[in-house]
Amino acid sequence: MDLLFDSVRSALLLFMSFDAELVDIVMVSLKVSFSATLIASVLGIPGGFLVAYAVFPGKRMVLTVLNTLLALPTVVIGLLVYSFISRRGILGSFDLLYTQKAMVIGQVILIVPVIMTLTIAAISRIDKRYRLTALTLGATRYQMALVILKEARYGIFAAVIAAFGRVIAEVGISMMLGGNAKGFTRTMTTAMALEYDKGEFVLSVALGITLMTIAFVINMLFHLLQGRTGNDAL
Amino acid sequence: MKKKMAIWLGVFFLLGGFTGNVYSAEKVLKMSTTTSTQSSGLLDVLLPEFAKDTGIQVKVIAKGTGAAIRDGEDGNVDVIFVHAKSREDKFVADGFGTKRYPVMHNDFVIIGPAADPAAIKGISDGAQAFKKIAAAEVPFISRGDDSGTHTKEQSLWEKSGIALTTHTQKIVDKGKEKEISYKMPANSKAWYMSIGQGMGKTITFAEEKQAYTMTDRGTYIKYKYGKTPAVDLEILSEGGDALANPYGIIPVNPAKYPQIQNDLAMQFVNWIISERGQKLIGGYRLEGKQLFFPDAM
Repeated sequence: MDLLFDSVRSALLLFMSFDAELVDIVMVSLKVSFSATLIASVLGIPGGFLVAYAVFPGKRMVLTVLNTLLALPTVVIGLLVYSFISRRGILGSFDLLYTQKAMVIGQVILIVPVIMTLTIAAISRIDKRYRLTALTLGATRYQMALVILKEARYGIFAAVIAAFGRVIAEVGISMMLGGNAKGFTRTMTTAMALEYDKGEFVLSVALGITLMTIAFVINMLFHLLQGRTGNDAL
Repeated sequence: MKKKMAIWLGVFFLLGGFTGNVYSAEKVLKMSTTTSTQSSGLLDVLLPEFAKDTGIQVKVIAKGTGAAIRDGEDGNVDVIFVHAKSREDKFVADGFGTKRYPVMHNDFVIIGPAADPAAIKGISDGAQAFKKIAAAEVPFISRGDDSGTHTKEQSLWEKSGIALTTHTQKIVDKGKEKEISYKMPANSKAWYMSIGQGMGKTITFAEEKQAYTMTDRGTYIKYKYGKTPAVDLEILSEGGDALANPYGIIPVNPAKYPQIQNDLAMQFVNWIISERGQKLIGGYRLEGKQLFFPDAM
């Protein structure tokens, strides 16, 4: 119990001192996670939409593969990307390893399947009659797609939030591809792993509390945003 | 169907219980040690011989020296085998360990790209070499993990006389406020990278960035000659007194934690400082190079 009380107080100290190093770490975490979520959304939402609506042979197989990719361990992604971008890899000349870009690449691979599968689920739930109604009202394919996307927006929004939660809490890819360099690629989770390795458990848990607080604030913002778009629709 | 499941579950639990018993019947010594003893390959030679002689298995937890000492302070392990003499002495003085036994030493080397942009090749004084690295502002990778190597690196920066910043972090420990701190060169954001990882990882990071770093000789040789493709960084500074690296072994004080297996710990200590243990250490070669020099003979 001591550990928990000490950690809460240490977390308060961290907040109050507005520690420059902590701000750095938080900023790196947010920057990398937001970029990864944004890129993955741009790829995953249209991708999911296509898979949900297109009719093609082997569609069930694609769905199964996507679901399997949800279980892809971060360490495997880390290793795979590492082998491509290390100085000895085929993309070695770009000097990507141990940069924030490398972390974003790994995290995008991690969450594209999350966004795609959840988008597919959200779209599949939309009543078929919306589509038919839109068609009978003379909608073009493009207009029909917009109608469906609009109806599925809450589900798609949830997919993006889930994906963001996955990357901001993720440690394997950040550690392997970012390298935990202070001020460059140290994120909240790799900092926690480091403090644990150093035996500074209190600081580790204090950082964990910080992470949860920030995640909470971000989700509140998302929630407000979602509420407003909901009202606009009325 | 359900019945079948229940039978299988029963079998699993029985098997689990059975293997559990076998495991606990064995004598297992828990040891926290630094990443260098593990990654240099020394333990792979010592521990099987120790098991042959005494029947004791050693469960190794390899971490930075700071974390290994913390394991000892928390009573998680029976013995610690580390390299940061001042902190080892404090560990014993604070009553966490019974006694520090010197085991062996090797030395630290400063490695970097063969082109040597900071021109430190041949300088044996580590502090002097650090001063030139700082002056040239060439990339330097720091362990930054509170390990023995990190402790040594900070002491060399202090000796080098360049401006340092101390980063202090307030935490609460057992209800009391406490400060933890570390030092690094001032205004070094452009070239100094603290990565908070083990020695092997730090060497591969330095290679990737073609940067300088300080490492114990054992881990370097392992990465230079024991690995394909070999690390392409070269030893540029070595041999000075400031770069010496002594290792000590300390049994955790059983008076602090009753579950500590002091008898097993003492068997290991006595074995490793015996002629047999010391000869194995002195005789350990990697690619024809001696890594560790026995201190207890």
